[in-house]
Amino acid sequence: MVDVGSPASVASDVKVAVRDLTIRYGSHVALRDVTLDIRENEIFGIIGPANSGKTSFLRALNRMDTFTTEMAVDGSIEFAGHDINKIKNLYALRKRIGVVFPLPVGLPLSIYDNVALAPRLNGVRKRSELDVIVERCLQRAALWDEVKDRLKSLGSLLSGGQQQRLTIARALSQDPDLLLLDEFSIAVDPVTTMRIEDVLKELKQEVTIVLVTNLVQQARRLADRTAFFLMSECVEIAETEAYFDGRVQDPRSRDYVEGRFG
Amino acid sequence: MSRESTSKLPNLDRRDFAWFVDKGMQVFMFIGGISAIVFIIGIFVFITKEGLPFITDTMNFGEFFTSPRWRPTSENNPTYGALALIVGTASVTGFAMVVAVPFSLGAAIFIAEFATGRTREILKVLVEMLAAIPSVVWGFIGLSIMNPLIIDTFNVPVGLNVLNAGIILGLMAAPIMTTIAEDALKAVPDTYREAAEAMGATRWQIVWRVVLPAARNGLVAAVLLGVGRGFGETMAVLMASGHSINLPGGIFDSVRALTATIAAELGETVQGSDHYRALFTLGILLFIVTFVINLTADLVVRGVRKK
Repeated sequence: MVDVGSPASVASDVKVAVRDLTIRYGSHVALRDVTLDIRENEIFGIIGPANSGKTSFLRALNRMDTFTTEMAVDGSIEFAGHDINKIKNLYALRKRIGVVFPLPVGLPLSIYDNVALAPRLNGVRKRSELDVIVERCLQRAALWDEVKDRLKSLGSLLSGGQQQRLTIARALSQDPDLLLLDEFSIAVDPVTTMRIEDVLKELKQEVTIVLVTNLVQQARRLADRTAFFLMSECVEIAETEAYFDGRVQDPRSRDYVEGRFG
Repeated sequence: MSRESTSKLPNLDRRDFAWFVDKGMQVFMFIGGISAIVFIIGIFVFITKEGLPFITDTMNFGEFFTSPRWRPTSENNPTYGALALIVGTASVTGFAMVVAVPFSLGAAIFIAEFATGRTREILKVLVEMLAAIPSVVWGFIGLSIMNPLIIDTFNVPVGLNVLNAGIILGLMAAPIMTTIAEDALKAVPDTYREAAEAMGATRWQIVWRVVLPAARNGLVAAVLLGVGRGFGETMAVLMASGHSINLPGGIFDSVRALTATIAAELGETVQGSDHYRALFTLGILLFIVTFVINLTADLVVRGVRKK
């Protein structure tokens, strides 16, 4: 069964409605005419080779075009019923959306302050409240046991994999409605990756997750539905299992997951 | 099977032109590098040699550091109290930092974080041009523009005072502080800003919570180098401070700086006299203070933080 985006009406279970999204960098088209819906509380996977527009898609969801010169976005994106190109307070939108970048960014603050940053931006001042948030988020990101005795040391001095989990903890500390993960497992070892994947499966109860990944098997393990991006176009949107039992419409999708190219 | 027949290698013991050039350049670079050390030790030895007899023979430590009476030319009873000069230098430098720190950090943050494109380039060039203005020109501004301005604005009898010299010195120190602080801010990777911005931080929140903490060491170094500049500045302070020996009670009192005292008096002293040696002692004091400040700035830049 193939789902190519339900009508534009804001159904109650549609979290993000993307219509005719085209992204350009100067004259280069990074993504062309993408229309899709991301449903509430699903993990929506995006697979595809490098340079297929996956990361640009995530950047558009978070309105990061405003700080990337030359990045131009056409089409509309509705987030929980709001057209994100028309809202007046971008910062409020971004606070609802957590982002994990492919390369870990441990801010040069203490581990504690890294995770407490988002709550503090939201005005949480009480130490006891912050303590609870920091511990919970670090637990969920599978980092707590490794750092609980040195929360005061610099986050930027952690190892790559630890920094990535710190980044995930930071994104979770925003208590987001939408979590964007851009190839989060690049710098993380397989065992830790599995632990984080388990956390993501649990998180699905509370958060809608968009998972960009290079690993077809990771999409299979996690994503309810998956989009296949190829050469700046969205080739396929289907239930993830459909890619593996041949129910996809475009032959290129099956070729890709079976490793015949890309 | 002799060695000569099997080996087509060139003579490995022959030193060729490139080898000599390499050695020559190494020696040249070594001299260049070591000369900084030689000069600083040489200068220290020289001023110590000239000032030391005063310190050991004539100087009364108590009087030097606690008495404001600097009367080296008195015929009957010369006194060498440097307190007024020390306080003069410290008060002018302190006031200069009150002026320079907000200005320079504000300018650096604006250039590094908010200005874009052409605005940023023009500002950077202008700030660097500001740093190139000769100190005597600044002194001239203090004497002929600030002086009447202060007299009129605050209705005080003299406009050459701590306020005047502090503002002039602050404006002089601000450009170099701005440049160093901006370098420190630019050294903060953009990924940090992007990560914070993606979380919904506003521009100011990014600056306040991420960029400034990350650049803290560089910013402290910028301020300390500004302080060092203030301590060492002579001509502008001589012209704008009023140059009168005085323990200042407020910002409208005239003062005299250590540096200005040396500059103004050294030419009139007899070489080897107590007065001459006392001025060198002031020089030693200045040297030690600026040396410690610069050293601290350097250590701070390297992140050696004292706990």
